[in-house]
Amino acid sequence: MTEIKHSARGGVPLDPAAPLLVVEDLQVEFRLREGVARAINGVSFELAAGQTLAILGESGSGKSVTAQAIMGILDSPPGFVTGGRVLYRGVDLLQLPERERRKVRGAQIAMIFQDALSALNPVFPVGWQIAEMLRVHRGLNRSDAQDQAIRLMERVKIPAARQRARDYPHQFSGGMRQRVMIAMSIALDPVVLIADEPTTALDVTVQAQIMRLLQDLQDEFQMGLILITHDLGVVADVADRIVVMYAGGLVEEADVVDLYAHPAHPYSRGLLDSIPRLDQKGSDLPAIGGLPPNLLHLPAGCAFHPRCPLAQDVCRSGAPPARVELGPGRAAACHFVDQTLTAGRPA
Amino acid sequence: MSQVILRGSALQKHYPIKGGVFRHTVGQVRAVDGVDIELRAGETLGLVGESGCGKSTLGRLLMCLERPTGGQLEILGQDALKLDGKALRRLRRDVQIVFQDPYTSLNPRRTVGDIVAEPFRIHRDVVPRGGVRRRVQDLLDQVGLNPEHINRFPHQFSGGQRQRIGIARGIALNPKVLICDEPVSALDVSVQAQVVNLMRQLQRDLGLAYVFIAHDLAVVRHISDRVAVMYLGKIVEQGDEAAIYDRPTHPYTQALLSAVPTPDPQARDDQDQIVLTGDVPSPADPPAGCRFHTRCWLAQERCSQAEPELSLRSDGVGQHASACHFAAVRSPDQTSAA
Ligand SMILES: Nc1ncnc2c1ncn2[C@@H]1O[C@H](COP(=O)(O)OP(=O)(O)OP(=O)(O)O)[C@@H](O)[C@H]1O
Ligand SMILES: Nc1ncnc2c1ncn2[C@@H]1O[C@H](COP(=O)(O)OP(=O)(O)O)[C@@H](O)[C@H]1O
Ligand code: SF4
Ligand code: SF4
Ligand SMILES: [Mg+2]
Ligand SMILES: [Mg+2]
Repeated sequence: MTEIKHSARGGVPLDPAAPLLVVEDLQVEFRLREGVARAINGVSFELAAGQTLAILGESGSGKSVTAQAIMGILDSPPGFVTGGRVLYRGVDLLQLPERERRKVRGAQIAMIFQDALSALNPVFPVGWQIAEMLRVHRGLNRSDAQDQAIRLMERVKIPAARQRARDYPHQFSGGMRQRVMIAMSIALDPVVLIADEPTTALDVTVQAQIMRLLQDLQDEFQMGLILITHDLGVVADVADRIVVMYAGGLVEEADVVDLYAHPAHPYSRGLLDSIPRLDQKGSDLPAIGGLPPNLLHLPAGCAFHPRCPLAQDVCRSGAPPARVELGPGRAAACHFVDQTLTAGRPA
Repeated sequence: MSQVILRGSALQKHYPIKGGVFRHTVGQVRAVDGVDIELRAGETLGLVGESGCGKSTLGRLLMCLERPTGGQLEILGQDALKLDGKALRRLRRDVQIVFQDPYTSLNPRRTVGDIVAEPFRIHRDVVPRGGVRRRVQDLLDQVGLNPEHINRFPHQFSGGQRQRIGIARGIALNPKVLICDEPVSALDVSVQAQVVNLMRQLQRDLGLAYVFIAHDLAVVRHISDRVAVMYLGKIVEQGDEAAIYDRPTHPYTQALLSAVPTPDPQARDDQDQIVLTGDVPSPADPPAGCRFHTRCWLAQERCSQAEPELSLRSDGVGQHASACHFAAVRSPDQTSAA
């Protein structure tokens, strides 16, 4: 049974009946010389086994910081988690001593990064790096670990894996390097995989290969996958559920089909409208005006108000409720949710 | 049809690879390897292809930033490769460039006013000295920046605003052609839309022609009249935007387009994606025959022997240029073996 295996592995008393991963009202700030940047202001979501949850947002909206807080790899100082819980099978990871937490990290919750080159160690062959993980975490001997590493490289479809295991990271193309990173991340059979912009630096053809690989692995191992991206095409292609972030806050949470068909938050809607499409040639793109805010000086009221076409006085004076519930698994943070929701999207 | 203002024929740029103790030339990177290209006044030619296929190198050749190692280049009716000194400088006024990275392409120690005025220092006869500041302020206004910010430094602007600064510098000399090398690739979607709209507006107002290099195929369709697809230093398919996007006949273009995910979750299962296997071969040692044959699911023996020519071939509706022995519009049921 998987549940027993996990608790035995981590040594942490997990509750198999509890949801896989729950993030509750997460708060993160960076204490900088210029002031306090409130990078995450109350983000909540839930992830189930076998599910793909996309975190969508523009650069600086807090996607990576959210992932780092879950993984416990926040750059601290200056970064501090100032509130909230991260429940993995009922256990709050934020309360675990670092020793316990390290066992969960990598073994049960693994992460892949946008820039595989800087995430891998440049001075060791890639096969050795994967094997080393298996030796440390699994106690495999040198030759078993090496064999297992090669099997993993084959699993992520690296051609001539046995020979390539001896190569160094810089000898791989961007796409192949990302495969190495993925092989390493699945080495310990994690149950949660966080992929932070795994294909942003890659060509579309390579992106398609990597996304397909991730989906195959997820199907095979029933991992919960958190996919962080700003690419609305990738999200539409693979996500089950979506959370949209803006200026460190969660502005909308929805099922993927609902979000694209009926966005409830003006920002989600603006994003969807502003992307050019491959299958049509339009005139001007409906752009969102203005610029994302500076986190050191977040606007009063709703953080989106300076750019929002629907903004009223109430938006400037008071923050909207963090979650206006719109049905099971649907919520948005806006005073005028109904207006956006009923407006729908132009065909 | 408008007049051709820029024409490259058999353009080639090979970079030597040095090796060994004596740094002898041991090979050549064929970054651009025989490209025919035409740009007409006021149009936008999109240039797409995977990383390393030679887009930026071609862009640099077209604006005389580098000399080709082979081929001809004609700009506004003049043989650009024969010109030098003053005549070349005069010609360069008409072909300007906007770079991808708004963070590194602007000198951090100079004010926005200095950056945008830079072309006027190189080409002193364009605006009288006393009129430069005024002209710079007009340019800032034209690209949607506050003219009062003329004394600010690049770091005081966001990515999208910095790209506007780069565009202001690019149009300062009233060029006929603007080479745009990934001008919106580093920007977020909402800001990208603003900059794309600005570029279209400027094109209408100033009658500029663009060579628009980008890897986002949807953005390229949106802005381009014609599109050229590059693979390993060569153009493999070229035609009107609708021909390339709706009726591509080259397998590489078909694969490239099919790999772009549709931003519509309900179309998820309809998408019939061709997933290419393997990496792009090295431009130092391109495959013989058709360069795409190592990754092409339609490849036959002939493909590794004879190089297909870029010539007009039928696309069902009309004809457009494609470099494949078996060029044909792909029928939906014809799924890939790859
Ligand atoms: N100065 C140079 N010396 C040697 N090789 C070069 C030089 N400039 C470019 N190359 C090589 O030429 C090829 C084409 O490069 P280029 O920068 O034109 O590609 P690109 O299509 O613009 O790629 P990207 O999408 O990554 O910007 C690459 O293999 C590159 O490494
Ligand atoms: N180590 C750090 N020190 C200071 N600020 C940081 C650090 N890491 C992230 N931030 C800030 O936190 C905010 C969110 O960043 P991030 O999560 O990386 O955004 P993204 O959504 O692009 O992944 C940004 O304003 C960023 O500048
Ligand atoms: S609360 Fe007001 S400003 Fe904020 S998104 Fe809703 S309508 Fe716009
Ligand atoms: S010529 Fe042959 S290998 Fe090249 S694209 Fe056409 S079918 Fe494929
Ligand atoms: Mg990030
Ligand atoms: Mg380039």
